[in-house]
Amino acid sequence: MKLQLGYIDIKDIQFDKNPRIENGVLFVDPDALIQSVLQDELIKDAHFEIARPGESVRITPVKDVIQPRVKVEGEGGIFPGVMAKTTTVGSGVTHVLRGMSVVTVGRIVGFQEGIIDMTGPGADYTPFSKLNNLCLVMEPVENFKQHEYEHAARMAGFRVACEIAEMARNLTPDETQEFETVSIKESFKQYPDLPRVAYVQMLQSQGLLHDTYVYGVDAKRIVPTIIYPTETMDGAIISGNCVSACDKNTTYHHQNNPVVAELYAAHGKTINFVGQVITNENVYLADKIRSSDWTAKLCEYLAVDGAIISQEGFGNPDTDLIMNCTKIEDKGIKTVIITDEYAGQDGKSQSLADADPKANACVTGGNANMVIHLPKMDKVIGTLDYVDKIAGGHDGSLAEDGSIEAELQVITGATNEMGFNKLSAR
Amino acid sequence: MAKYKVVHYVNQFYGQIGGEEKADIPPEKHEGKLGPGLGLATALGDDYEIVETIICGDSYFGEHMDEALPVITKWVEEIKPDLFIAGPAFNAGRYGVACGAVCKAVGELGIPTVTGMYEENPGADMYKSDTIIVKTRDSAAGMRKAVPAMAKIAKKLAEGEELGSAEEEGYIPTGVRTNYFAEERGSKRAVDMLVKKLAGEPFITEYPMPIFDKVDPAPAVKDLSKATIALVTSGGIVPKGNPDRIESSSASKYGEYSIEGIADLDPSNSETAHGGYDPVYANEDADRVLPVDVLREMEKDGEIGKLFERFYTTTGNGTAVASAKKFAEEIAQKLKNANVDAVILTST
Repeated sequence: MKLQLGYIDIKDIQFDKNPRIENGVLFVDPDALIQSVLQDELIKDAHFEIARPGESVRITPVKDVIQPRVKVEGEGGIFPGVMAKTTTVGSGVTHVLRGMSVVTVGRIVGFQEGIIDMTGPGADYTPFSKLNNLCLVMEPVENFKQHEYEHAARMAGFRVACEIAEMARNLTPDETQEFETVSIKESFKQYPDLPRVAYVQMLQSQGLLHDTYVYGVDAKRIVPTIIYPTETMDGAIISGNCVSACDKNTTYHHQNNPVVAELYAAHGKTINFVGQVITNENVYLADKIRSSDWTAKLCEYLAVDGAIISQEGFGNPDTDLIMNCTKIEDKGIKTVIITDEYAGQDGKSQSLADADPKANACVTGGNANMVIHLPKMDKVIGTLDYVDKIAGGHDGSLAEDGSIEAELQVITGATNEMGFNKLSAR
Repeated sequence: MAKYKVVHYVNQFYGQIGGEEKADIPPEKHEGKLGPGLGLATALGDDYEIVETIICGDSYFGEHMDEALPVITKWVEEIKPDLFIAGPAFNAGRYGVACGAVCKAVGELGIPTVTGMYEENPGADMYKSDTIIVKTRDSAAGMRKAVPAMAKIAKKLAEGEELGSAEEEGYIPTGVRTNYFAEERGSKRAVDMLVKKLAGEPFITEYPMPIFDKVDPAPAVKDLSKATIALVTSGGIVPKGNPDRIESSSASKYGEYSIEGIADLDPSNSETAHGGYDPVYANEDADRVLPVDVLREMEKDGEIGKLFERFYTTTGNGTAVASAKKFAEEIAQKLKNANVDAVILTST
């Protein structure tokens, strides 16, 4: 399967009655765009704001970050099973609005949505401070149920992203890149002398607002399966998370999976990247046993020599991570795991809830318990009402002067376990 | 006058008072350097001066730590040194523990501390995260190497220079995790590590796996109908309004609340503080996490003797193992004091 990505660079976003993309500037008409958001009866009110890199702006509570993409050639459409028919995606041509995102923001769903600072020390920890962000700020109706509102907010973000991406359909990309994964038979011929490597991606599926969807299917209800990495570039996997923000994958992370990117970059040079296995992180022991058994079985079936395993979340999924790692290692397949740490604010505690000597090659996204001081920003998109309550915050996190002292956990994407960032711990 | 003032701690032997027969002497202080302090002073150079040496017998320290420590820290506070060095203790167990304990206490005053030990000295494992412990040989034959290594690290600490990794600098890994920005993003580091692992080349894991405590389950309660049963949860159930403001994640505390006279938890008296799951169902009926209703029925029917009148609660979400251990030790002690026979632990 082969996919060409055509990147349209977006250097700024402006509000304008005449929506268009011109010389790298995205013009959106907020009044027209808001209509698709307000279609949902659970959303009482909504508006757009723009946050640019370097501005003194704090966005919170952040729910999801989405990159607008549009399918230009080939089967299916972006976000299959959700915004488009379930037709298999991942081939043909897709246009990508690079350098921007749609950020969904608003009143709390669980306790847990995160913070994006566009400048200052907090900005160093989130990749989204480097993007032009079109923020969709939503207000739910009274008496909503958290999971229903989460669904409404999630879908609104996708509708906005797809509507914007349409503007890029007929543009000439600033840069194009091709990605291809061949059949298993072909892969043996392609690079017979290089070690065969798979990517095992664990998807957050603990439930109760820790959810991920694959072609619209709740990841709790999948058994591990094989997916072409290019399918994820077309939005085959989306986030339904409203939990500790630092190590949950936003939809943007799935669309721009850094493990996939680095494995493609090494493909044909040091390794033979043969494909991707996706699995879940359910809370029942039977599910954990079944899924880790299947993950190991699929790696064996793909006849790989090595695998990179990325986790999502912490605590309970640490057990899935270690089960996946040990069972794959037991098949004689060498693994590297990517996780993050909860070593306590003083860094003295053990970092994981489960461990095994076989997990001898580990990459860490850093200690999420580290305390960070975030100075006041001139402008807040959303509300600071929940800062004391979000995961990583504590009573008194929000000082009277508008500054925040909290754990790194509060920052969206700070300790991402796909290895999206440079942060680590030693 | 030297730029940096140093206080040095040694035992009775290195303090040239005597051997085992003098191990029971209480702390005493001597002006200036003594014993291994002579070599240390040379290695530290002219900018440093060992202004005082504190000596304490190893047995005395071991048996009277609570009395010895305040005396020693008071003397140190009077001098306000820029640096505190203890030992090296090599593989002497009691001396190693004393060096570690003294360094920890002095470190809490905000003074940089260094000691030196053999890796298997019991003091090393006890205090490695509280002070910098330079790796030494197992006997005093290693003095000539240990002293300059300790001095090198001590100078960096006194002068506020950042220490390199334990491997580079030659100290025992502290077990303290510190964040930093690496050269490459995590996904690239993972691919590079895998390529090395596949090729059978050496690689360095970013997090060596910890060793876990395994706890054997307690034997079954013989007669439930006479037993007092307590409820303890990490599911975050708290009285309505979360009076102690237990954090939604990374809890810094646990709560102790009365359920006397409560037969059923409902939205008027209970809620969850836990930030790791959708709170809707727990808030609707907190018995789903903390089964007070069922236990009250069992109490009424005589299946259990009694439901203990208080419950203990915290949020397990993202809470450091060290904090959880501390909470558990306190809770367990309180339950024991109250003669509780068995505990039902619920999690989420």
